[in-house]
Amino acid sequence: MSFLSQGSDWDFELLARYDEAIADIAHNKYGLDTYPNQIEVISSEQMMDAYSSVGMPVGYNHWSFGKQFVEVEGRYRRGQMGLAYEIVINSDPCIAYLMEENSIAMQALVIAHASYGHNSFFKNNYLFKTWTDASSIIDYLVFARNYIAECEMRHGVTAVEETLDSCHALMNYGVDRYKRPSPISAVEEKRRQREREESLQKQVSELWRTFPQLQPATQRREEDGTFPAEPQENLLYFIEKNAPLLKPWQREIIRIVRKMAQYFYPQRQTKVMNEGWACLWHYTLLNDLYDRGQVTDGFMLEFLQNHSQVIYQPPFTAPFYSGMNPYALGFNMFQDIRRICEKPDDEDREWFPEIAGSNWVETVKFAMESFKDESFIQQFLSPRLIRYFKFFQIDDDDRNDYVEVGAIHNEQGYRKVRDALAEQYNLSIQEPNIQIVRANVHGDRALTLRHQRSSGRPLDDDSTREVLRHLHRLWQFDVHLESVENGSVVSRHSMPPEPPPAVPS
Amino acid sequence: MSYIIDRRLNDKRKSTVNRQRFLRRYRKHIREAVNDAVNRRSIQDMEQGERINIPRKDLSEPIFHHGLGGQRSIVHPGNKEFHQGDRILRPEGGGGQGAGDGQASNQGEGEDGFAFEIDKQEFLNFLFEDLELPNLVKRHLEGAQTFQTKHGGIVSQGMPAKINIVRSMRQASMRRRALTAATRRRIRDFKAEREELLQQDQSPQRQARLQELEDQITKLERRLERIPFLDTVDLRFNHHVKVPVPVSRAVMFCIMDVSGSMNQDMKDLAKRFFLLLYLFLQRNYEKIEVVFIRHHTSAKEVDEEEFFYSRETGGTIVSSALKLTRDIINERYPVAEWNIYAAQASDGDNWNDDSPACAKLIEEELLPKLQYFTYVEVMPRAHQALWDHYQNIMAKHPAAFSMAQIDEPGEIYPVFRHLFKKRMEDA
Repeated sequence: MSFLSQGSDWDFELLARYDEAIADIAHNKYGLDTYPNQIEVISSEQMMDAYSSVGMPVGYNHWSFGKQFVEVEGRYRRGQMGLAYEIVINSDPCIAYLMEENSIAMQALVIAHASYGHNSFFKNNYLFKTWTDASSIIDYLVFARNYIAECEMRHGVTAVEETLDSCHALMNYGVDRYKRPSPISAVEEKRRQREREESLQKQVSELWRTFPQLQPATQRREEDGTFPAEPQENLLYFIEKNAPLLKPWQREIIRIVRKMAQYFYPQRQTKVMNEGWACLWHYTLLNDLYDRGQVTDGFMLEFLQNHSQVIYQPPFTAPFYSGMNPYALGFNMFQDIRRICEKPDDEDREWFPEIAGSNWVETVKFAMESFKDESFIQQFLSPRLIRYFKFFQIDDDDRNDYVEVGAIHNEQGYRKVRDALAEQYNLSIQEPNIQIVRANVHGDRALTLRHQRSSGRPLDDDSTREVLRHLHRLWQFDVHLESVENGSVVSRHSMPPEPPPAVPS
Repeated sequence: MSYIIDRRLNDKRKSTVNRQRFLRRYRKHIREAVNDAVNRRSIQDMEQGERINIPRKDLSEPIFHHGLGGQRSIVHPGNKEFHQGDRILRPEGGGGQGAGDGQASNQGEGEDGFAFEIDKQEFLNFLFEDLELPNLVKRHLEGAQTFQTKHGGIVSQGMPAKINIVRSMRQASMRRRALTAATRRRIRDFKAEREELLQQDQSPQRQARLQELEDQITKLERRLERIPFLDTVDLRFNHHVKVPVPVSRAVMFCIMDVSGSMNQDMKDLAKRFFLLLYLFLQRNYEKIEVVFIRHHTSAKEVDEEEFFYSRETGGTIVSSALKLTRDIINERYPVAEWNIYAAQASDGDNWNDDSPACAKLIEEELLPKLQYFTYVEVMPRAHQALWDHYQNIMAKHPAAFSMAQIDEPGEIYPVFRHLFKKRMEDA
């Protein structure tokens, strides 16, 4: 075979040829299952736009996106930051952006990384399959944008902005962690939106009815029963359905933010895997191109230089160290799985008897499809990698004036390091566990939340107060938050703040 | 299957609205920075952007998260010397986190703020926010003296030059179809019957019927021909209407005392005031003209350079400048077409007998024509007769006349804001 191109310039015909060559290897040699690709070439300014709207091609208007844009633009102009090479969107067809300034080697890298790596991850990982619907997301975004624009026209920018602010503060608590959500579709949304508005309002009025029972035959809730019957983890959902005074359009906005939260929920749980998978494939696919003699040595050198920058993990002593690099961890783990499959040693056979010596393509696909970061690390982080990264684990207890090294990369430490690292990617441990336990429907309408505290880790006071203020804005009656550990209340926040208990004189 | 799309020509400024929203939300911070900049900068470089710093805590988007404290475990890469069980003393004041995290968060908070640039246009917007030209609305509504011709639809009457050919032909075609439909249908029926008869064996009755049909067809076809191809009722004409255009041009009279008592510092002060007014007017009107009038005992219209930098000596008669202003207005700026503003700067010195005359001139001849008259006194000393007389005018015409005293450059902008503050009661 001959080279696809020489030199570093690209044109559209060349992009198509590279895409075809990469697709041929990805589909026919490795059997990657992908959505159709939509590759869009954009300028750096447009990349900044895409960047600051959290990568959504269509977004509603909000100042926080403007803030992000201003920040990105400023840092880019001052040269403090390069732009991401790529942004890819979980949609069908899968949209990937290429920046016009990049050389052909970079464009090929991005095509392999985004349009075949991320793309197949989006299509096959169980979290994405369960939580997102790639075919309808763009339509839904358009619906959301138009709806919010319409609300701004009818109710004023400020009112809409305030509601959105409050929803954003609670966005991470707008997800059903255990229930499969119903798929979203724009057409359906529009059709049902008005219907929902009316029935929702009716339902809420019923809940908060203060008049005596007019028809004795109608069954009402148990007078002494607590509401809700079970603690609610999806705060936004609860508020949307039950807040007494919200207007129908505010409930719809809450719903929109909830849907966004749901759409991003899988991405937050699969950073390491998603990036690792994409890196594995850009590395594998481009190396195959080289082996087939389709790309030049210069192409490979440029690619490898970028690749090694992307997957570099600085040690904790480096001045620019800011935690684990998900690209580094993910890429090395997938490469390591391949190694265990292809050239297992005794240690591997002991630790990974099921996969040692198996077909590597099948195995990495299985790993990609069936795990999230936490369980992926728990399952596949090998002692060899722990040694490679020289991981060590620190126990930090605020009751001591020192921190203790709990485990290092040795025989006794492997499992502890692996557990601790997996834990670090467990959202339900990293995020405070907060649920709604009581809405006082018969009394002062106060809403009570419970923070299940663990390991003595308190909530951050300032931000908690701010978030409660937002919650109060939506609920519009008193809001209380109790931190509970080992069955007893250890601290309490209220909005509006309660006066300190009177000291008996 | 992949689609490759060139989006480079799409809108680049997708984030503009979001950026505006952001600026709107933090306008308080930005306005402070702009006000600082105004006092710091010289007037010549007023028209450029500015760097804004906002404390990061004011920008936060809060979420529930853990604070410091409790027991936690952290994994870091890059171990060189640690062994299991090693104890490391917590760095002083570094909080209860592991080495890496503690450093990172300290640095994060250590940044003094969120900095970004606003451009020249935005800078000026903030500079003049809340300011309103006095009586701006009035002239916009009244001043509809110029007209613009605009397309006003299609009408059935008009002059031949404005015939709309396409619409006329369409109309004719419709009319012809409508009027001939019934006739054409009958011809079709007769012809069909004739065909049928011709197929059958001939007989006298049929011959007669055939002849009858032929006659009918000829008659009807003649009728068809009588329908005109184009009729006068078909004609359609383009229509044009005259739309009044609100006047959006203004003329600004800069009147300055250049007598011996005005030194260069005072002139600089006055110049800044004039420039600020000019920038401000520029944002409100499409077209701005500036007339410079300087005076000592007699007044003269000059160009900008001469206005600010040449020196004269002698006494001061303010009314000479006011008279010249009046004359120029009468000569070149019809009140119906121009929004007229006048700004006078002086050290307050005037020949005493002249001050009542000035007041009278302003009140009776100028104010009815002007949108607004401002007077600034650039001298830190006791006021003279002119000030007293002007104060009377201000009491009588608060909407169209204002005055203030400026002592140093830093005071100009606050005074300017004060003079042009949006008058809520007028709106």
